[in-house]
Parts: sequence; C-alpha cells; structure tokens
Amino acid sequence: MSKENEHWTLKIKPHSNWYDIRLGEILNYKDLLFLLVRRDFVSVYKQTILGPIWFFIQPIITALTFTVIFGNLAKVSTDGLPQVLFYMSGITLWNYFSDTLAKTSDTFTANAGVFGKVYFPRMIVPLSVVISNLIKLGVQFLLFFSVWVYFLLQSDQIHPNAYILITPFLIILMGFMGLSFGILISSMTTKYRDLKFLVTFGIQLMMYASPIVYPLSIVPQKYKWIIVANPVTSIIETFKYAFLGVGEFNWFYLTYSLVFTIILFFISLIVFHKVEKSFMDTV
Amino acid sequence: MSNVVLKIENISKQYRLGEQGTGTISHDINRWWHKVRGKEDPYLKVGDVNDRSKQGGSDYVWSLKDINFEVKKGEVLGIIGKNGAGKSTLLKILSQVTTPTTGEVKVKGRIAALLEVGTGFHPDLTGRENVFLNGAILGMSKPEIKSKLNEIIEFSGVAKYIDTPVKRYSSGMMVRLGFAVAAHLEPEILIVDEVLAVGDQEFQDKCIGKMKDVSTSGRTILFVSHNIAAVQSLCSSCLYLKNGKIEKIGQTKEVIEAYLNENKNVQVTGVIPSDFFRQYTNGEAFFRKILVKDLDNNKIERLGFNQPFKVVLELETLHDLKQVAININIGTTLGQPILYAMDKLQSTYVARDFEKGYHNIETEFSMRLLPGKYAFTVGLNYLANGNTIDWVENVYFITVDKVGYNKNENYPWDHVHGFVEPETKWNYKK
Repeated sequence: MSKENEHWTLKIKPHSNWYDIRLGEILNYKDLLFLLVRRDFVSVYKQTILGPIWFFIQPIITALTFTVIFGNLAKVSTDGLPQVLFYMSGITLWNYFSDTLAKTSDTFTANAGVFGKVYFPRMIVPLSVVISNLIKLGVQFLLFFSVWVYFLLQSDQIHPNAYILITPFLIILMGFMGLSFGILISSMTTKYRDLKFLVTFGIQLMMYASPIVYPLSIVPQKYKWIIVANPVTSIIETFKYAFLGVGEFNWFYLTYSLVFTIILFFISLIVFHKVEKSFMDTV
Repeated sequence: MSNVVLKIENISKQYRLGEQGTGTISHDINRWWHKVRGKEDPYLKVGDVNDRSKQGGSDYVWSLKDINFEVKKGEVLGIIGKNGAGKSTLLKILSQVTTPTTGEVKVKGRIAALLEVGTGFHPDLTGRENVFLNGAILGMSKPEIKSKLNEIIEFSGVAKYIDTPVKRYSSGMMVRLGFAVAAHLEPEILIVDEVLAVGDQEFQDKCIGKMKDVSTSGRTILFVSHNIAAVQSLCSSCLYLKNGKIEKIGQTKEVIEAYLNENKNVQVTGVIPSDFFRQYTNGEAFFRKILVKDLDNNKIERLGFNQPFKVVLELETLHDLKQVAININIGTTLGQPILYAMDKLQSTYVARDFEKGYHNIETEFSMRLLPGKYAFTVGLNYLANGNTIDWVENVYFITVDKVGYNKNENYPWDHVHGFVEPETKWNYKK
C-alpha cells in the first residue's frame, strides 16, 4: 500500500514463524549474558562467611552422605572402587545437570517482573544459568580431580583411559540436556502450573534412575532398559569409565543420548520461543 | 523519505477475564481444534469493549481495539486516559513485552522502555554493579555504560552510596538510580511510563528537564502519565485513550481539554454516573450524588475566602449496612490529601446504620481554606475494621477565591503558601 519503500528496523506482529528464532539477537546482548552470570555468581556468596567455599561443601557432604547410607548401611556395590570417589564421580556431572534443570525450569515465573517491563531475548536468562553452573561445575570438578589424583596414587583400582578426552563433550551434552528440559518445563508451566510440582520430585526420581549411587553392572537385566533409556545414564557411565576404568562404555547408548538431546533441544527452543511472546498474558 | 519513526496499524489486544484454570483448558482445546480444521479462532469474534465498570457478558475483553497512529521523529507524544483505558497495554506491545492479537507495529531505530525504573535491580549487588546490570537489561553495551558511568552516578545524586548494596537504599534512591540509568540510554524512541509519580519535587523537575533535553536532541518520546501538568509542559502532541480506543489525538491542549471535560458532568449536575471511575468498591453501596452548597442551600463551586460550606451526599445502599462511617477528604487537584473529615461526637468517631435505599447526608464544614483549587474524595468504611465499601477520588472540585466571604476579610497576598490557615494565638514577651 505505501509507496515509500521504507526501511523498518523492527516489526512487531501477532504471530511469528516457528523458525524465526532470532538467535543472532543474543549476540547483541552478550554483555547482559555475562553480567547475569556474574550476578549469579557474586550474589551467591554475598553476606556469607564461607563465601565460595560453599561450592565445595555441598558435593563433599552429598558424597559423605551417600557413602554412609548407600555404601555402608545399604551396602550397594561400587564395582570395587573407593566409595567416596565412586559417588563423587557420579555427583559432579549429575549436579551440573540437575542444578541447570532446576534453575532454568522457572525462568518465566521467576523473572516475570523483569520480563514484564523490558524486552531482551529471554533465552539470555537460561543461558546465563548454564554458564554460571558451568563455572560451578569447574570448581566442583577440581575437587573431584584432587580426590581422583589422591586415589590414583594410593591404589591400583583405578584405570583411567583415553576416553577422558571426551569429557568436554559429556559436559556440553549434560548442559544442553539440563537446559532443554528446564526451558521446556518453564514454557509449559506459564499457563498451567501443574508440572511445577513435579520438578523437584522428578529430578530426584531421575537421579535414582541414573547410575549414581549404584553401578550399572548391578542392575538386573530385566530392568536395565529403564535405566539405559534415561539419557543421562550413558553420559555418567562414560564419565565413570573414562576416569575410573569401570562401568560400561557403549557408543550406541552415547549416540542415543546425543540424538535425544539434539531433538529435545530443538523442540524446547521452539516451544520456548513461542511462549516468550505471549507468556506475560498468562503467567 | 518521510520522518515517521513509529507506525501503529490496526493494533488490537484481547485478554481473557477471570482465572486461568480448568475453564481455560476447554477453550484452549476448542481453539486448537478450530485451528487444526483450518478455521478461524472462535474467541476472536467475541469480546466486550474494554469498560472496566460494567459487567460484561463475555469472558473475553478487547483491551485495545483498532489502534492506528503514527509518530514522527523528535515528537513527544503524551498518552493519557483513565486507569484501564489501555495505556499500559499499548506500551507493553510497543516495548515487545507482549504481542498484539492483531495488527502490526513498525519501528525505525532502537526502541527502549522505561516502564518502571529499577527493574532487574538485584538487592545484594552494589549500586555500581546494578548500573551495569540494569543498563545491559535495557540494551546498552558494557563499553557504552562504562563511558557514561560518571554521568549516570552524578545524575542520580546517590554517589555516596554507589558501592553499597541497593537493598540498603531508600525507595527514592532506587528510583533515582534507575531513572539515571534509563535516562542515559540513547534509543531513537524512548517510552516513559509514570516514572514521575515517585521521587521528590527536585527529582521530578530533573526528570522533566532530562526528557526535554532528549526530545530536543531529535529523539522521540512516548510519555504516559496521569500527571496532566507534566504532559502539558512536555508533549507536543497527545493521544487520549478511552476504553481501548483512541478518543482523540492531536494538539496537546485540545486533547487534554477533551479529557478533562469528561469529568465535568459531575460538577454541573452533582450526579456521579455509574461508570465513574471508583478506586475501590465492594458493591454494597455507592455514592450517587455530591454537591457543595453554601449555608443558604445554593449550589456553589467558587467560595469566598473563609466561607463556610456544606457537602451534600447521596448514598445508595443495596442492603442494610451496620456500623459504617462516611469520610470526606479534601485534597489538592494533583491528589495530595489535605484534610480528612469523619463524623465525630465528643472526641470519638461514630458509626451509623443505613437501611437499604437512598440516604442524604449533609456535612457542614468550617475551616479557613486558603485560596486555590481543591478536590473532594468521598469514602464509606466499616468503622470496626476499616474495610472500604466505596471510595471515589477527586469527584468534585471547588475553588476558593481571594475575595473574602466577609466583606472586610480578603486574602491580601499574591502568593498562597499552604492550604489551611490555622487558628492561632500569639503571645509576645520581652
């Protein structure tokens, strides 16, 4: 209609195509991303006495609790490995996954205040969670690493191998899976809150469905498929196999986790993008 | 090339009323089923006009309906209208917080909103850290913020506390810092919503000054406010929204006049129409009429200095009310309360019972109001717990003249300081 072939920098329309995700926009807001990461990190230990030491305390206490309950009371096998090391190897990656999932799963509800006032690509917020948890993982990994080195020198039960090199890949996979589950849940809870009640419970359930407090080798053949169907399983098993030399390494299972994550990630991204446009009206 | 920087075409926004719950899912399924079959959304056809005070028949309401307008570069457009007229919805669409139901908005250049200052402040971070965070949320880059940091801190006037966590700030300081950040944003189009409602006079003046600077530098501002005086002094043109539609758009002066005339009827007839905006009402009773009369029962709007007057109210109660109290407040036209009157007998406030029906209440006032314009607000509460039944603000206005009611008692000064002259006794000793 208009003759003027004008250049509009932005058009706001009721609906957008599902593929119009504007990921490039995130680059414009990279400063915000890093400031949010910094905020997450700095605000955690403000007004605490122990400060960043808390990042160590949490996994140590969890590992000790598991050692007492599963190792000594329930006497669950650890494939002949030192219990603390066995549990720690499971917890380190698992924590990254569960923390990311838990914290991204309320992206919309927790940030409704800011989201209702200003526009910026909403994806920045969950991404900042992934990154700040990555730093946390780095710290906890150092802890695991020192325990690992200690036992490596002390005993000959540990047989690390070249698969250690794929650890970064495992970490990325874990991060993306946590993020995908998280943003999917967060998108689905803006209108109906039902799912929210399942998150904490579901994460716990998923942990017991992953080989963290027990080795995959003791799972009866009959039920093994349930544990293996859990996409987290192969990542944790591979990690354990690489560092400790026990457990099961299976390319097929790992590929399954990878494909699962990729598909889940794209579905979540599309759903998230669809919801971010209108969630202010329903949240 | 035309210099239109913002073009709003056929924007409408529909909201669903009531609770999100089990009812919503059946509608969602129905909507989805229509979509699957390639049919139009069945709920888009229904929907009431956005009129807050009337109970509508539909679950859906059009918060905005067919809005069309353009804004040119460098224009300062004021947006006025009663609460719920759709102002905030419009701004939310423009700032991309929500999407319109239909229509399209075209924007040239960066658009940034200053909807409520201090959004995204993290209480545990210091002022300085929050300046960076807030700036980034608003779309500034880190180097950009860094280069303006000193200016921002100076403008905010909280330099002394800049390295203190903002949770220790007073609310005013938080607002100052928030506005300072936003004011140093340099978008081509700036949206400002009600920021002036908070902050002291000095800061408000500062904000208005800053906005004037921004507009003279060729950038465009959309300014939403209830503060008519601020709109008048800032805006070159004005948009008046009523029930989700554009009632009038054009020169600020004319639009504001149209807006103010809307409430004039009460002034003439004393009848408070049923769609008059009530700040709060629980539906048990309504004030139906308000008039100010002199002691000879003549209706008056202008009073002489020190003239006694009475307020005549008509109250409709929908059922018997027990132990309730009426209060009449006198305030400035900008909404600042000055005096609060309730029925009192020997230093105790008294409550009354009202049977179902209409009641006339006459209240005589005597105090020395200084010359100026005053607004009445009336309310009805339960005395025991203070729960409000009906509360109507700024429903009637009077003007007090400098000419004395008693012939020899004019108000002699040019300037009026304050609102009420107290009765005093002066003793001088040496």
